[in-house]
Formats: sequence, C-alpha cells, structure tokens
Amino acid sequence: MEKGTWTLKTGLAQMLKGGVIMDVVTPEQAKIAEEAGACAVMALERVPADIRAAGGVARMADPTVIQAIMNAVSIPVMAKCRIGHFVEAQVVESLGVDYIDESEVLTPADEANHIWKHDFKVPFVCGCRDLGEALRRIAEGAAMIRTKGEAGTGNVVEAVRHMRAVMGNIRKLQSMSEDELATEAKSLGASLEIVQEVHKTGKLPVVNFAAGGIATPADAALMMQLGAEGVFVGSGIFKSSNPEARAKAIVKATTHYQDPQVVAEASRDLGEAMPGLEIGSIPENEIMATRE
Amino acid sequence: MKKIGVLALQGAFAEHEKCLAQIGAKAFLTRLPRELEHLDGLIIPGGESSSIGKLINDYDLAFALQSHIVNGLPVFGTCAGMILLAKQVIGLDGQFLGAMNIVVRRNAFGRQVDSFELDLSIPVLGEPPFHAIFIRAPWIENVEPEVEILAQLPDGTPVAARQSNILVASFHPELTNDTRFHDYFLSMTERREKCKK
Repeated sequence: MEKGTWTLKTGLAQMLKGGVIMDVVTPEQAKIAEEAGACAVMALERVPADIRAAGGVARMADPTVIQAIMNAVSIPVMAKCRIGHFVEAQVVESLGVDYIDESEVLTPADEANHIWKHDFKVPFVCGCRDLGEALRRIAEGAAMIRTKGEAGTGNVVEAVRHMRAVMGNIRKLQSMSEDELATEAKSLGASLEIVQEVHKTGKLPVVNFAAGGIATPADAALMMQLGAEGVFVGSGIFKSSNPEARAKAIVKATTHYQDPQVVAEASRDLGEAMPGLEIGSIPENEIMATRE
Repeated sequence: MKKIGVLALQGAFAEHEKCLAQIGAKAFLTRLPRELEHLDGLIIPGGESSSIGKLINDYDLAFALQSHIVNGLPVFGTCAGMILLAKQVIGLDGQFLGAMNIVVRRNAFGRQVDSFELDLSIPVLGEPPFHAIFIRAPWIENVEPEVEILAQLPDGTPVAARQSNILVASFHPELTNDTRFHDYFLSMTERREKCKK
C-alpha cells in the first residue's frame, strides 16, 4: 500500500474539477460554503481583500483557525503558506489539511526559491501568470495549478489575462514542430521534457483552476469557458451582501457554464457584489500576482 | 455503439469519458434530466459527493435519476458516485439517491494524507490484480443479501459491489489505463438489452 504518491496528489485535484473552492475565515463560513455546494474550502485568517486593506506582512493562519474549520466540514480543507516558507508548509501539513496553497496572497518568505514540494506527502497548489510559471511550479512538485488573477480586487481582468496567457501558450506549443521545442523550453524557463509533454497532450500535466478576482456567477462561467477546470473564489463570496445566495449561484454557474440561461438564472437577485478595485489604482508594490 | 452518460455536475467526468472512448463506447456528458433519455448506461463519477449531492437537487435531476435506475438503467458509481447511490451514508444526514441497499461511510479512511493505492484482487475481472486508487475514499460498511461484493481489501473491508443494474467502487478505475472495470460495466448494458428484447 502506497501513500503520498504523485497519482494521489494529482488525483485529488482531478476530483475537485468542475467545482468551486471558497475562502473562509470561520467554521460558520465553512459550513455556508459546504451547504452551497463548494467542493473544498480554503481556511484563512483573513480573505485577500482584508489582507490587502491591512497591509504589513501576511503569514499562514493560526493553526487553531485551520483546525476549527477542518472540524466544521466534511469536504476537503486547504490552507495557505508563504512562498518559500517550507516550515509553514510543514506546520500546515502536520495539521492534516488536504491541500496546501503556496500562495502569492501571503507575503513571500523567499524571493528566489519556491518550496521543493516533492518532499511533502500533502499535495500543493501554486499560482501562475503564464505557461512558463505553471511548468516551473509543476517541476517543483505542484500537483495542481491555478492562474493567479489579482486576489482581493473583485476584478476579473487579471484572471482572464493569466488564463488566456496559459491557454494561448499551450495552443502555440501544440502547433510547433519538434525541433522548435528546445528553444521554446528555454524561453519558458521550463524543462524540455515537460514542454514536450504539453506539446503532445495539448494540456497541462495537472489540473488548472482560475483564481483572483472572481466575484459573480458570470465571472466563474467566463473562466470555465476560457479553459479553467474549476474556480477559486476568495473575497467574492463573504465580502458580498448575501454570501449564501452568491455562493450557491457561483457553484451552479460553474457546473452549467456552457448554458447562458442557467447562468442568467443564477445571476438574479443576489444583492451587491463585493466592491471592485481598478487594477491601475493599486500601487505597483501592492500587486500580488508579480510575486514569484 | 453503446451510449453511456457521464453525470457531469462536478468531479472527474472527463476521465470516465476517456475510458469509454478507449473501449469503443460513446460518452455523453449529462447535466439535465432530458439528457438522461435514450442512454444505455450512466456513470456517476468521483468528485465531491457533498457538492454533487447539492447539484442533483436542481431541475429535479435526483428524481429523474432515481426513476431511470428503478427502471433498470445500468449505472456505475465510483467513489462519490457510490456515496450518491447508497441507501444510507454515514457521516451525513440521510441519503442522496438511495438506490442501492448498501451502507457507505464517507471519508472512511481519513483525510488526503491517508489516501492510498494498492493492487486489489477482483475475481470478476480475472488476473492480474486491479490497481486501485483510493482518494479520501468511502468504504462499504454493510450490505443486504441481494448485494454481491466484488472486491475487498486485505482486511475484508468491501470496496466494490453490484446489485442487479447498479455497480459501485470506492476507488477510481478512471484514473488508470486499465479498462477492465469499464468493460465489465459495458457488459451489464448488453444484458439489459437482452432483457428488453
């Protein structure tokens, strides 16, 4: 009997596909998310919009918060650690969470290196802005990828930019001839082997979700139509005026993303969405997506 | 060519689609009751049972699924699919579709760090053993006499079973390249055709 294998790590992400993973900060919010049909929750101390507002250094959540959320729900629980902070990852793994997000939403602990994720039994998800970044994270052991978007903004524009970059680059790779792949691997900053695999299969070797700025059912369906295999919704749910209804509506729109009538129905009478942020109004040093 | 629906609300439906293509069946992603008509069989995939269990309540899908299964539609549930089909689910109030006379325990082995893979002897599939992948998997806690147990872990825990037109597994044949489980399910759809004639 084998545990902690690559198949089991990537396999859990495959089971999450077509679903919505919601940021929660209390057991009560976790229960609302589960009841709405979330396929997993992300246990946090603060949602990204509040991290952005608070400023300062954002770190992993208090283990008490994570454990209270794990005890409250039966669906998978994820938790975040800082980029490169492998001890935070060890701590979160020891709590028994189902997935770790090595996340740019927290303040990076290492500006040069990400965590070597193959050393862990627990699977990791990492953010990316383009194909090269995705393939670098997978090489380090990320068993799931999410496009970064710009967390805590309620503005989907960066999520769209990053998903288009990844999918467009995959299409470009597919159309290249074998003898062009080595140079392309070099420019992507990824190994030739993994680039050859994407060239052959036309998809990432792991599941890819969208994240960062999704606030409405239509945003979720948009990301799915652009090629996401599921969505993360952070501040978008619990910063809105009616989290229960909005959570349920986003789940429904993610499942029926190809059916505009269902998305329309899901979009009705949800109250106010979270207040959005224009990306241009964010000072450059407060942009989270550029943290790699 | 057999027409097999794959319930595509959430989870690993694309993986089942791929397995069906490998064995020469035509897969139809199914999300609405009308899409259940004219199918030779239906697969309920792995995923998050709590999530799929909420989504089947939209558009009377649960009712449509139940009536098709009662009328003999062959159905194959893997992991979450097994939970959805069970008469009783431990770790959750009540049931989802309640179609099969088994009691199932959700997340029976623990959390993701307890997920595992191993080679499992499954007599109806013959040799060699089947490579079974268990991810936050359920197990079968209890079965009624009409249920045939198809596979057990070395400690005797039942992890695959059949009751007339219903086939279930705790693990994920769709994550392997071994199509014997899907072939077995396809043979169940052949027999239904004979009954109808």
